[in-house]
Amino acid sequence: MITRTRLAAGTCALLAALTAGLAFPSGAAAGEPTGEDAPKVDLVLDVSGSMRTRDIDGGTRMAAAKQAFNEVLDATPEEVELGIRTLGADYPGDDRERGCKDTARLYPVGPLDRTEAKTAVATLSPTGWTPIGPALLAAADDLEGGAGSKRIVLISDGEDTCAPLDPCEVAREIAAKGIGLTIDTLGLVPNAKMRQQLSCIAEATGGTYTSVEHTDELTDRVNQLVDRAADPVVTPVATEGAGSCAKAPTLESGLYTDREEFGRERWYRVDVLPGQELRASVSVGADRAVAPSYGVLLRAVTVHGREIVRGEAAGDGRTDVISTGLRYPKAERDGTDGEDGDKPAAETVCLQVTHSFAAASGVKTTPGLPLELTVDVVEGPGDADDVAAFGLGRGWWLLGVLVLVGFLAGLLWGWLSRWRFAVWRTN
Amino acid sequence: MRAVRALSAAVLLLGLVATPAAADSSPSASPSGDGDAPTTAGTSFRTATEIEQGRRATAKAAAGDYLYWSFPADAGQRPTVRATVRLPERHAAQTWQVDVYDGLRRRQACQWGAQTRTAAADASSVELACVLRTVRAWSEPWANDPLPGTYYVRLTALDLPTSDLGARVGAEIEVGSKDMGGAAAVDGSLSEPLVPGVAMASGAAKDGEDRGAVLSAIEPEDGWSSGWWSDRWVWTGIGGVLAALAGVGGYALTRGSGRPSRVPPGA
Repeated sequence: MITRTRLAAGTCALLAALTAGLAFPSGAAAGEPTGEDAPKVDLVLDVSGSMRTRDIDGGTRMAAAKQAFNEVLDATPEEVELGIRTLGADYPGDDRERGCKDTARLYPVGPLDRTEAKTAVATLSPTGWTPIGPALLAAADDLEGGAGSKRIVLISDGEDTCAPLDPCEVAREIAAKGIGLTIDTLGLVPNAKMRQQLSCIAEATGGTYTSVEHTDELTDRVNQLVDRAADPVVTPVATEGAGSCAKAPTLESGLYTDREEFGRERWYRVDVLPGQELRASVSVGADRAVAPSYGVLLRAVTVHGREIVRGEAAGDGRTDVISTGLRYPKAERDGTDGEDGDKPAAETVCLQVTHSFAAASGVKTTPGLPLELTVDVVEGPGDADDVAAFGLGRGWWLLGVLVLVGFLAGLLWGWLSRWRFAVWRTN
Repeated sequence: MRAVRALSAAVLLLGLVATPAAADSSPSASPSGDGDAPTTAGTSFRTATEIEQGRRATAKAAAGDYLYWSFPADAGQRPTVRATVRLPERHAAQTWQVDVYDGLRRRQACQWGAQTRTAAADASSVELACVLRTVRAWSEPWANDPLPGTYYVRLTALDLPTSDLGARVGAEIEVGSKDMGGAAAVDGSLSEPLVPGVAMASGAAKDGEDRGAVLSAIEPEDGWSSGWWSDRWVWTGIGGVLAALAGVGGYALTRGSGRPSRVPPGA
C-alpha cells in the first residue's frame, strides 16, 4: 500500500514537475510538489587505524567497506540525499584531544553524484582514532533541515576511544532534539563491548544494530537501510504536553511526539463533537536501559476530572516500546437540550499519559523517554441494540423453539376455529 | 395446495443447503503466488510493513531487531499469525516472541499457539504462532475486544546473549484467518475500521492534497465488510418458514380430513 501511495506521489510529483517546467522554464519548483522533503541519509564510516586488519573475506576491513560503499552508491534510490562522513580519517598522531576531534565530511548530504562520491571514498586510508560521539553530533548537523526522514548509518570496527563522552548518550540527545533521526549501527567483526555500545546507540534512537563478518552482508544491510530511508513514512509533529489538563496543548487528528521524563505525567487536550469518536494511542519507547517491569497508562478524563475510559498496558523483559490506546465515542446529542444554538458544543477531553518505566541504575534520566501519540477523531460508531447482529437468531435451538411455537399456535388456532364452528352450529 | 407444498419444500431445501454453506468455517487463507510478497520488515509501529493475509512475507534482519508487520483483519475473522525465525549456524539459546497489537496499539491476547519459544543452542529455526480472538464488528469502548482494522505483529528476541547481538537471522511471517461465520456476528459497527491515521487520511482526501505517506493504508482484498450480512439471516428466515409450516401442520391436525366428524358423509 505504501508503494501505491509512493507511486501516486511520484506520479503527482512528475505531473507537477511537468507543469512547473512548462510554466517556469527556469525550473524553480524543485521538491515543492508533494510537500515532502527528500529523505536524507548520512553514512558515517570509521577510518581508524584498526580498519587495516585483514579479517573480512581475506581482505582488510577498509577494503570491504569501500567495496560495500561502491555497491551501495550504485544502488541508492534517486530520491535519497546521501552524504558520507568519516571518523578518524585524518589525524594519525597520539594526541587524544586532537584524535577525538577527527571527523570530516567526505561528501555533503545532497543529491548524489555517484562518481564523485566513489572517488572520495577511494581516497580513504585507515588512520586514526574512533571518535564516535563527535562524529554522530557532526552527522546530525549534516542532516539538519527539512522534514523528510533522516538516518545515520554508522559503520565501525571498534568501540569509541574518546571517553568520557558516551556515544550512547550523544545518540539519545540527538534523538531528543525531535528531528526524527534514526541511527543504525553496523559493527565490523565486533567484540562484546563494541556490540553493547553500538546496539545501545541504535536503541537510543529506535535504530538497528547488525554484526557484519562478510562484505556481502555489509552491502546488503547498508542497502536495506538506505532503502528503508526512502520509504515514505509519516513524520510526527513535535508537541509538548503539560503537567495538567488546564495548560495542555489542544491536538487535532495527527501523529505527535513528545518526551516524558520518569515519574512525570503528560496531558493533552482533544476536542470531540457529539457523534464523533476519539481514538488515541500512545507508545512510550525504552531508549535506554530500564528496569525489567514497566507499564503505560492512557486516560481520557473530562475537564472536571472524571475518568471516561482508560487504556493500560504492562510488560516485562526486553522491549522497544510499550503501547496502549483507547476509544471514546461521544454520544449524539439529543435534539432537545440544545440551548446553545444550532452548533453543538465540542467536549474537551483531556488525555493523560503516564508510564512506569524506571531507569536502570547509572543511566541518565534526562531527556525523557520518547513518546508517540496518535490522535484520530472520526465519525462515531453505530450503536449496538443487541448482542447479536440486528437481534437475529441462530442455531438449532432457535429452529426448535420456532417450530414448537408455530406448531402450538397452529393447534390452538385450529381448536379455536373448531370451537367457534361448533358454537355457531348449535346456535 | 400442491404448489404451496412444493414451494415450501423448495424453500426448506434451499435453507438446508444454504445454512451449512454459510456456517461453514473454512480457512480463508488461500496462499496466492509469492509474486510481490514483502521482503522487508518495519522497525516500529510507524514503519511496519503492510502484508496481506495468506501471503508469506520474509525479511532479513539482525538478532535484536524489533520487526513489525501490519495486516488487515475484518469482522468475523479469527486471525492466526505464524512466524518462523531462521537462526544462524552458531548461536546460544535464545527466546523469541511474537506479539500482536490492534489498530489502537493495544496488545491483543493469543488464545493459543506458541507465542514465546526458546530455541536451543543448536536449533536452526524457531516457529511461533498466535491465534487471536475472533474480530468483532463492535464492542464497548471499555472493552479490549479485537475490532476490524489494522493489526500489528511484532517479532523479536526476548533475551539475547551479547555474543548473538546483531547476528543475521531470517524471518518469515504468514497471517491466515478462519471465518467464524454468523456465530460471531454481533450487532453494531464502527463508522471507520480501526486503522491508525484514518482521520488524517480522510482529511487529506477532503483537502485534495497528497500526503505521500500515511500511517496505515491497509484494507482487505475485497474491502471492509459492511457488516450487515451474516448467516443469522438464513437461520432466522428458515426458522420463520419452519414455524409457519409447523403452524399449518398443527392447524391441519385439529381439522382432521377437513370435514367436521359429526357431519354425515352425505350431507
